[in-house]
Amino acid sequence: MSDSKSDYLLPKGLPAPRPSNDGLDAPFWEATRRHELVAQRCKKCRTWQWGPEWLCHKCLSFEVGFEPAPGNGRIFSWERVWHPVHPATKTGLPYVPVVVELPGAGGIRMLGNLAGDPEAKVEIGAEVEPLFEDHLDGDPPYTLVQWRRTGR
Amino acid sequence: MTRSIRGQVAIAGVGESTYYKRGQAKEPEYVLTLQAILAACRDAGIDPREVDGFASFSNDQNDPARIAAALGLPELHFANMVFGGGGGGGSAAVANAASAIAAGYANCVVVYRGLAQGQTYRFGQGNYPAAVSGGMAFMAPYGVLSPAQMFAFRATRLMHEHGIERTTQRAVAMASYHHAQSNPRAVMRGRPLDEAGYDAARWIVEPFGLFDCCMENDGAAAMVLVPAERARDLQQPPVYLLGAAQGSGYRDGASIQNHPDMATSSFKTLAPRLYEMAGVKPSDVDVVQSYENFTGGVVMSLIEHGFCSYENANEFLSFENLIAPHGKLPLNTSGGNLAECYMHGLELNIEAVRQIRGQSTSQVPGAEIALVNSGPMVPMASNMIVGAASTL
Repeated sequence: MSDSKSDYLLPKGLPAPRPSNDGLDAPFWEATRRHELVAQRCKKCRTWQWGPEWLCHKCLSFEVGFEPAPGNGRIFSWERVWHPVHPATKTGLPYVPVVVELPGAGGIRMLGNLAGDPEAKVEIGAEVEPLFEDHLDGDPPYTLVQWRRTGR
Repeated sequence: MTRSIRGQVAIAGVGESTYYKRGQAKEPEYVLTLQAILAACRDAGIDPREVDGFASFSNDQNDPARIAAALGLPELHFANMVFGGGGGGGSAAVANAASAIAAGYANCVVVYRGLAQGQTYRFGQGNYPAAVSGGMAFMAPYGVLSPAQMFAFRATRLMHEHGIERTTQRAVAMASYHHAQSNPRAVMRGRPLDEAGYDAARWIVEPFGLFDCCMENDGAAAMVLVPAERARDLQQPPVYLLGAAQGSGYRDGASIQNHPDMATSSFKTLAPRLYEMAGVKPSDVDVVQSYENFTGGVVMSLIEHGFCSYENANEFLSFENLIAPHGKLPLNTSGGNLAECYMHGLELNIEAVRQIRGQSTSQVPGAEIALVNSGPMVPMASNMIVGAASTL
């Protein structure tokens, strides 16, 4: 068994993601279990879309599927959390949630934590890539998508 | 003929419960709400039995049918709730009440908000179950749980795209605290804030420090609206609704931080509509009440309402310019959400009325036009302009 700090960027005990009952985002969470990043893309007009929705906001087609999204991202915005608002984070401060823009997927944005020294300077525009974080102790197990700098 | 609410409806009375720090009210939230409603009627000189409608926002838990029964109202003609949006619904609730009066559905509508966070739940805490679905499944597992954590991304972009400095956020916070010192209702009266105090405060979530964030309080606030002609006979100088707007821009409600324009308070499309309806320009506005969930949102709101530009915001939004009586843009003259009481912004709508009546504790001399904006950065925001009889 791993202790609360060994494998995860954030301490254990935060809410787990559960695919929505209507199935809308299930393909995303199934893909992360395989360490694949997917996002919605309209089968008709090929527009990328995120967060998940039942129809394409561009052409209004309901034929919206999930496709592999190039994970080469850029930090679009960030914050550094110092005040815990959940009991689980009282020991894991600070931490750095980032909004990552995916230029290879129409500029859609995803959110995760930035790996590395949480007190290091964060640059908007810095290049990042996904880091799949398996929570095998979840019931059921799930995989989060975190982000790390590529160094380029 | 252009359809407009301008001049058709007046705010005849305003009132509130005692305002408390979170957890310190002895009365239940519902009782605070009844106290605020009765205080607003008393202020107006209206028999509470004359009330025939209610409007509120943000899923206020104090049921209007129960209130109507408790007050012994002969008839209830109108009850209305603004969808979601948190504090973004404040001015929209006033607009809905006014619309009901203008359309003839009701004759005397009370807008209220009862909110005792010490008794229900704290907005600043992550109140989450062990598993979450929908949009929150993409945020809560990453430790993004509270409003401050959801909105800090926007303030970061504001600073990045437009060079807004932290000292500008500081001026906004200091203006609210300054005005609270002369307001006997203000929770933070007796707790002045200077530059050193702001700078020394701990981070909550960068770029927000402690004083960039609104308070959590117990209390309730209410306003009474009547047809313009009715207001002329009542005991307070009538304050007329000149215009109001609600809504958002293109895909502002896209989830997981995918709203195309991130560094916005969501007022870019609302402000022009508001000014057009009210027949007012930014330079006509004597005093501004701008909802402070977080100071970065206030800076965005003031820019998007045309009081300054991105280029001169750091210079123009100085403490000296933001304080009554003689600043160029007196801001949040009751202390607002930061330092009077977090009544989800309805205390700001009330303060605008007091300014037009000449009854503020930080009065702007001769104020005739006041602007209120509600809930910057939320997916649906709202705003309104009120004016004295001289503006009709």
